[in-house]
Amino acid sequence: MNKPLSPHLSIYKFKLSLLMSIAHRITGGALYFSMIIFMFFLASLALGEQYYVVFSTIIGSWIGKLIMLGITWAIFHHMLGGLRHFIWDIGKGFEVKTVDQLAAITLLGGVLLTLIYWLVFFII
Amino acid sequence: MVELALPRNSKITEGKKWPKPQNENNIREFKVYRWNPEDNQNPSIDTYYIDTEDCGPMVLDALMKIKSDIDTSLTFRRSCREGVCGSCAMNIDGVNRLACTTAIEDVKGAVSIYPLPHQKVIKDLVPDLKNFFEQHKSVEPWLHTKKEDPKEEWLQSKEDREQLDGLYECIMCACCSTSCPSYWWNSDKYLGPAALLQAYRWIIDSRDDERDERLDKLEDPFKLYRCHTIMNCAKACPKGLNPAKAIASIKKMLVERRVSK
Repeated sequence: MNKPLSPHLSIYKFKLSLLMSIAHRITGGALYFSMIIFMFFLASLALGEQYYVVFSTIIGSWIGKLIMLGITWAIFHHMLGGLRHFIWDIGKGFEVKTVDQLAAITLLGGVLLTLIYWLVFFII
Repeated sequence: MVELALPRNSKITEGKKWPKPQNENNIREFKVYRWNPEDNQNPSIDTYYIDTEDCGPMVLDALMKIKSDIDTSLTFRRSCREGVCGSCAMNIDGVNRLACTTAIEDVKGAVSIYPLPHQKVIKDLVPDLKNFFEQHKSVEPWLHTKKEDPKEEWLQSKEDREQLDGLYECIMCACCSTSCPSYWWNSDKYLGPAALLQAYRWIIDSRDDERDERLDKLEDPFKLYRCHTIMNCAKACPKGLNPAKAIASIKKMLVERRVSK
């Protein structure tokens, strides 16, 4: 009889540190794809005003802004996550308590920096 | 390889619900993973009810109570019942830990008990740890010396001995390795936290003469570097050890070795 595989992802308690690891990967992947948008932005700059206006209209619409909001959050979250990995790479910050604190700082910091960006550029 | 869903033969079905004792105040519910190699069926979750007034305080006490009073077919490993042997490692309330050092009252609601995650199951809560121990063996967890044997024992300074604190205490229960998603997906190639903690224990032993050779063996995209600092290992360790930190120390030594060469 074939031995069954014991359950894993479906039963393991999700800890913040695990979710942060997943979020770091997802934001990293999303940032790569956001480069495609950036590529169109550069093309519109190079091609001149009439193309730039088209790009500006698309990205300035509510759906464009929503995508931008996602990208700005992904940048800040992934940047802070990267700094967290730097700390680990020099062999520090491994105590379980510190790990949770670093996770919280990354999470809140990412949201906060996104908020500041939007306040500065679009709200104030 | 990443496979989020369980294979067809591993899907869990509803199991037997044992009768609830009448008129008892301190009843706790236990949901236990069952699989019998002899009855040709998928794994199931059986439900048992225990009167905690009539049972020891730990989850292991409850399992032994079930086995002696309710269902003698329930199979699990246990030995020391005091957190030294590592036999009763299992997934309790979603986290890997030792049944003997986990208090029933620390778990809220029904106590769910599964075998260590992402392992082949031999029976009920008994996982097949062959690969896990093969990996331990592969790091050659013994002293490698080139010098002539001393007349008595190999000595080391107090400071050198202190380097082994937080490493030698490992009881090889497999709670850490089987909590690690990287290990779930790549246990054929990635050594996992337990074996790597042991590898580091010999790498930094001042009496060992083969540090470089040991590091050479780990410099591989999979054996060591599948660790992505997810930290499930340190959070699961029933002895409070930190395999992630040991792994980071090995990574650091590999870099420093490159730079100084």
